[in-house]
Amino acid sequence: MDKLFDFELTAELLQFGFVQTALLAAAILGLLAGVLGPLIVSRNMAFAVHGTSELSFTGGAAALLLGVNVGQGALAGAIVAALVLGLLSRRSSDHDSVIGAVLAFGLGVGVLLLWFYPGRASNKFGLLVGQIVSVDFASLALLGGCAVLVLLVLLAIYRPLLFASVDPEVARARGVPTGLLSPVFAVLVGVATALGVQTVGALLVLALMITPAAAACRITANPLRATVLAVVFAEVSAVGGILLSLAPGAPVSAFVTAISFLIYIVCWVASLARERGGRRRGVVSSAAVAAPAVLR
Amino acid sequence: MSVDRDAAPDLAVPPASGTAAVSLRGATLSYGDRILWQDLDLDVTPGEFIAVLGPNGSGKTSLLRVLLGLRPLTEGTARIVGEPPGRGNRRIGYVPQQRAMEESVTLRGRDLVGLGLDGHRWGIGLRGMRNRRAKVDRALDAVGAHAFADAPVGRLSGGEQQRLRVAQALISDPEVLLCDEPLLSLDLANQQVVSALIDQRRRAANTAVLFVTHEINPVLPLVDRILYLVDGRFRIGRPDEVMTTQTLSELYRAPVDVVRVQGQIHVVGAQSGLCEDQPHHLHDHLPGED
Repeated sequence: MDKLFDFELTAELLQFGFVQTALLAAAILGLLAGVLGPLIVSRNMAFAVHGTSELSFTGGAAALLLGVNVGQGALAGAIVAALVLGLLSRRSSDHDSVIGAVLAFGLGVGVLLLWFYPGRASNKFGLLVGQIVSVDFASLALLGGCAVLVLLVLLAIYRPLLFASVDPEVARARGVPTGLLSPVFAVLVGVATALGVQTVGALLVLALMITPAAAACRITANPLRATVLAVVFAEVSAVGGILLSLAPGAPVSAFVTAISFLIYIVCWVASLARERGGRRRGVVSSAAVAAPAVLR
Repeated sequence: MSVDRDAAPDLAVPPASGTAAVSLRGATLSYGDRILWQDLDLDVTPGEFIAVLGPNGSGKTSLLRVLLGLRPLTEGTARIVGEPPGRGNRRIGYVPQQRAMEESVTLRGRDLVGLGLDGHRWGIGLRGMRNRRAKVDRALDAVGAHAFADAPVGRLSGGEQQRLRVAQALISDPEVLLCDEPLLSLDLANQQVVSALIDQRRRAANTAVLFVTHEINPVLPLVDRILYLVDGRFRIGRPDEVMTTQTLSELYRAPVDVVRVQGQIHVVGAQSGLCEDQPHHLHDHLPGED
């Protein structure tokens, strides 16, 4: 562990192309996760993200077995999962149980597929906990291309999507196509999740997709500010996690999750402190109810 | 989505007046063989305040859904602000039931109001930010919501949230305001604040108001006419015409007493099913909705 702060070694490793590629991949992923995160949190989709990531593992395992590109397999698995989850759970009341059922089955299939695969065990492990340093140029191109696509679609649908996410009933009444936006957003999340599976692995994708956004939403209610903060937190976690993992040669996932969780704890404490301060000032707003401007 | 756009006007009934804010002709809505209401003719003039009353499941909310373009009529025609109902008509404002928003939702009061202005538009809306902010501020001022405009909506009281809802509905300057039980679960003081805001708007801007409610008393002083729906039948008229023992007994086809106590109206039914004072259902959600 004393290698953790061996900056010379870190600087040395940064010379390598594959390390730079990994950092670039992490930066792209952090941006995507940060931008999507607050909407995922608003829509209560954390478990759906988890389900989608597990099922992208199934897709990756299938691709491994079939001998096609694992990244594309994971992508296909995540998109299918996002669509299936979106279509099967149209009511929020049974959303979680649908995800649970589909997720368990999908993981079982993935395990079976890996068992069929005759190759090395490290490949199997990589899909679960990530192996970002194995990202090659082709994967980077796929990652970049998908990221640009996701961001463009999100830019186009952002306002009605936010409306539908936080205030679905009025959004519907105002003509927002809420039924169309849900599956579109699910696919965007699915793509981003599949890309995350490549880098931090299926099991830890939540560390980038959910934790930074949840932390940001703890300390601000401004949707725009929450998005900016979530991007910053996700970048710090993803890029910082890789940098820290370089010298000790430890798994990237451990550092990414540790950093994002630390940020979350700090934001949580900050929000508690602010709440306590806010309660003392809260007298103002109840007085405003008692003497409403309109009745004067 | 729209209702009988091309239907020829029925000569037997007078054609819908061009100046009516809302106009229904022979409007019928049914789910399968269950008829919510039938042959409803209604003209709402600009500036008129109509209360829509009736027991649970009588199709009050469904009437609003028809006017919002979210449901087609089974028969008949509907026009609102001179057009057939269609999704996302900017000239219609909508105030929903107060429903506790999740405390964790990442949204401030001013964002909720702003979404009423341009939340339906594509893109992220970076252009015209200053103009938008001024409009949102004006809307917040009009409902006295400035003090809590920057607080997370999930932390606000029901009354504060409903004031924001009114601002959200009014910011697009609607000609018709559709309100679905906006006073539900508010205390008396906040019921008065919210209904006064809606009344103020219709007087200032001549906005027609369709106000679905299970409790007439909080809005009784504001109401011009009542549409009372029971089991497929209906009555339309001034409160003193509709809220009588005779009319409601006919409508319910059961003995009903209408009692006036200190300027309030209470409907006392022989059957407990007539009791109007229970809080409501989350919408008349019936098969085929959405």
